[in-house]
Amino acid sequence: MATKTDDQRIIEFDVRTDEMLVNMGPQHPSTHGVLRLVLRTDGEIVSQVEPHIGYLHRCAEKIGENLTPRQWIPYTDRMDYLAGMNMNLGWALVVEKLLEHQISDKARHLRVVISELNRIASHLVGMGAYGLDLGTFSPFLYAFREREKILDLFEDVCGARLTYSYLTPGGATADLPPGWLQRCEQFLDQFEPIIPEYHALLTTNAIFIKRTASIGVISPELAISYGCTGPVLRGSGVEHDLRFNGEEIYTEMYDGYVFEVVCEKDGHYPADEDYPDVPSEAVLGDCWHRFYVRMLEVIQSIKLVRQAMERYSTATGDHGVPIKFNQKLPKGEAYLETEAPRGQMGFYLVSDGTAIPWRARARSSCFCNLSITAEICQNCLIADIPAIVGSLDVVMGEIDR
Amino acid sequence: MAEFINGIVGLEGATFGYVVAALVHCVLLLHVVAVGALIFIWLERKVSGRIQDRLGPTRVGGKFGWLQTLADGIKLIAKEDVTPDGADRMLFKLAPYISFAASFAAFLALPFADGWVANNINSAVFFVLAVLGLEVFGVILAGYASGSKWSLFGAMREAAQVVSYEIPLGLCVVVPVFLAGTMNLVTIGNMQAGWLSNWFVFHDPFTFCIFWIFFTCATASVNRAPFDLAEAESELVAGFHTEYSGLRWSFFFMAEYGSMFLVSGLGAILFFGGWNGPVPIMHIIGWADSGGLTGYLANLAGCVNFMLKATVGVTVMIWIRWTLPRLRIDQVITTCLKYCVPLASACFLGALCWEVLDIWSPNHLHLGSKPAHQVNEDWATVPRFPELTNPGIPESGDVYENGPPEMPAEPGPESVDGDTAAVERASDHQLFTSSRQEDSP
Amino acid sequence: MSEKSLSEQLTSQFGDAVRSGDPEAIDQWIEVDADRLLEVCEMLKAAEDLQLDMLNCITAVDYLHTDPKKAEKADWDPHMEVVYHLSSIHFKHTLVLKVKVDRWKDGKEGELPVIPSVAGIWRTADWHEREVFDLSGVEFSGHPDLRRILCPEDWVGYPLRKDYELPLQYHGIRGR
Repeated sequence: MATKTDDQRIIEFDVRTDEMLVNMGPQHPSTHGVLRLVLRTDGEIVSQVEPHIGYLHRCAEKIGENLTPRQWIPYTDRMDYLAGMNMNLGWALVVEKLLEHQISDKARHLRVVISELNRIASHLVGMGAYGLDLGTFSPFLYAFREREKILDLFEDVCGARLTYSYLTPGGATADLPPGWLQRCEQFLDQFEPIIPEYHALLTTNAIFIKRTASIGVISPELAISYGCTGPVLRGSGVEHDLRFNGEEIYTEMYDGYVFEVVCEKDGHYPADEDYPDVPSEAVLGDCWHRFYVRMLEVIQSIKLVRQAMERYSTATGDHGVPIKFNQKLPKGEAYLETEAPRGQMGFYLVSDGTAIPWRARARSSCFCNLSITAEICQNCLIADIPAIVGSLDVVMGEIDR
Repeated sequence: MAEFINGIVGLEGATFGYVVAALVHCVLLLHVVAVGALIFIWLERKVSGRIQDRLGPTRVGGKFGWLQTLADGIKLIAKEDVTPDGADRMLFKLAPYISFAASFAAFLALPFADGWVANNINSAVFFVLAVLGLEVFGVILAGYASGSKWSLFGAMREAAQVVSYEIPLGLCVVVPVFLAGTMNLVTIGNMQAGWLSNWFVFHDPFTFCIFWIFFTCATASVNRAPFDLAEAESELVAGFHTEYSGLRWSFFFMAEYGSMFLVSGLGAILFFGGWNGPVPIMHIIGWADSGGLTGYLANLAGCVNFMLKATVGVTVMIWIRWTLPRLRIDQVITTCLKYCVPLASACFLGALCWEVLDIWSPNHLHLGSKPAHQVNEDWATVPRFPELTNPGIPESGDVYENGPPEMPAEPGPESVDGDTAAVERASDHQLFTSSRQEDSP
Repeated sequence: MSEKSLSEQLTSQFGDAVRSGDPEAIDQWIEVDADRLLEVCEMLKAAEDLQLDMLNCITAVDYLHTDPKKAEKADWDPHMEVVYHLSSIHFKHTLVLKVKVDRWKDGKEGELPVIPSVAGIWRTADWHEREVFDLSGVEFSGHPDLRRILCPEDWVGYPLRKDYELPLQYHGIRGR
């Protein structure tokens, strides 16, 4: 990175007395990963925020030009490492799209179980870490306590707790072990009644509402223009979820499942359960709504997992045998976006007819989500910066790839 | 104590006794602060662990890890002494000591039991509040001298916060002061002797509310969550003490826990009877007010009682810290100026009217105690409410070896003039009268 | 929305700006001239029946065979493709736009090819174009702040190009 003495702007600003140039990160307890935010502040009021990324850049895309698609799966794990299964799924689907490879129903339901469980785990981290940013430490540990159980389930499935490399082009590397479905059901039965605890500690907590309501408001047009997707987009009231609206090869995975897109319609969220009301101070598109969308998505994911487990146990076919390691890819290109927990994760695969892709590109959801920071953090207080960046729920591994 | 020491050594009235007495008091208080900090840090880790569904320290010092803080202290002492490059060296090194000194100095006026106080200052309440406010100097110096913008932010926030909260804190503290009629903490404590109906917190609903406002403002002035943005980890790494490590950092910590204990203790004395328990056990078994060993043990029990109450206050602060998120600086100041100050003022007026209009309160029951108006400061020669009481012998504190001093001529059938009969009568405390003594002059 | 009608629509409006297209591909794409890119994009975003208001991704694909034997067998000349993936939130359809440029401007090594920036149309293009500039070396004219985003500011070279070689050392750290 450019050293301090090289950046003339920093020297120039250090001499001034009216504005302060403050550096937040890259090592910082509350920027989610190695993110550097340069704030121009007048006392507590921030007039400009400039995010600097690239501290975790490992150029996975270049590596993708030297490995077969199945060999590249571990690199996708390490992008959004909190939702590794969803990353694997995105890449697996785009390879299957290019190959026009069909997988069995059972493999499809298996993928739903796994990716929705990972969505729950990822949102738990997002929610817990958000509480941590705002100063309350306990919900973080409660969320991680639940997440541990999911990670234990994943460890049973593929042997890893974070970097799974489980869902591959063709299906999954192995079938679910015996007894796994029962354990998963036990987890869900135990987890669902605890969710009101999180609502009590965070969603309806007066101080939490004070810190997040009407902060960092993103209008729908701004969100779409900046390419924001996922809970950021749905928190602004735009009803768009690729599990409903995406390409067919992805939506057929969710064919026949009963669940809702979590988005405020006419002032109401999907009311199939007993949820806390939206507080009067919250404005559509603020941090509180983005957080609330994530909380409600967890509940939808629980429903999806239950349905998927049932269908999986009655489905026929194999678990999805992975394609050959040296499978030759047809000449052509394919792009597919999937609904990862943090937004729409896209993969672009260009092939020249050999087994090794010509170009493997990952379109990161958090990359676009983070770019809106400079726009919405104007004239807020320093204490609002972690609140806003936390509500965007970014993972630097995905941004930098 | 000074005279006692002088008596031992054989020098009457010399400064030597006073110096030694002062040293003894300081050493004792230093132990209270240091060992208290040790215990409270352990308590914090245990309580926070339990709230977060985990255990807390469990290894050092047996199953409950109560020596963990000691191990941490040893580690901190052994750390490298780092001063950042751009720091103002002298101020950087001075700042933790100023913070600690302010916190410690306030203990000098805090009584732990009847007469057990390092310095029985007559305006103790005022003294404690004033000295406690000095702690912010250490914080500002630390923030400024660290040479880091983050520390400066933390320090400025803290300065704004502490100074703002002194207003409602003062308002809250004045209520028990005017209920008692004195600023002397020993006297205030003694006035609440007996059953818990004598506690000022039950005097009227306004005082009850004032206690909660006091607790909130006290939490704010010692920078505990939800008001702890001076050390907000998630935003400022560690705020004003980012650049501190090792022993200097532990001084800040001791100052913080010392202050927590202090304001909890202050609240206990002002509102919850201090060393007088909910049940006057020592009075019932007759040990209180007797001289010698039993009297000493009664006082010791009172001291333990007081410490327990203060510890409960500290535990509640710990509990709140690990439950609630943090407020932003503008929200903190808003809470102070728009909520605490008007509420405190309204309750102050309410309590004042209640007292002036003489509306009934549980305190008027005088369950198991000397009527409050008969309690005097230890130096008092004249009763505070002569029209209400017998011209009184001072009730607490010192024993007059040559009999009570000369009394001015007082109207009334029972004017006392220094005879022993009056001394005996005054010390016959009529423990279980429930009627109010309204002697006419 | 069928590719044919879109092609017809665009051709009728812009004539030869639309160079080619492939409606039969897995993801239908059209190729546009670099000079007319802004016009076409504005139309794509504003058109009532298209409303392609979200720019999902900008990718640069480097078509170059470093091995001369393979280069002979390839059916394309070395060039750089900048691929825009667009989608519509309202209509839920997608479109792929391609712009083909030379790898080096006017054939001079070191001179980056230039394309107009669409950051004024879709704000997300700001960072995506910075990334393409950083990793593939395509310059975007009219970009508000074109500088490296993922690599350090003083990095030399464009890593995702096929002929890129890691530097021998960077600030004392050994490269290869």
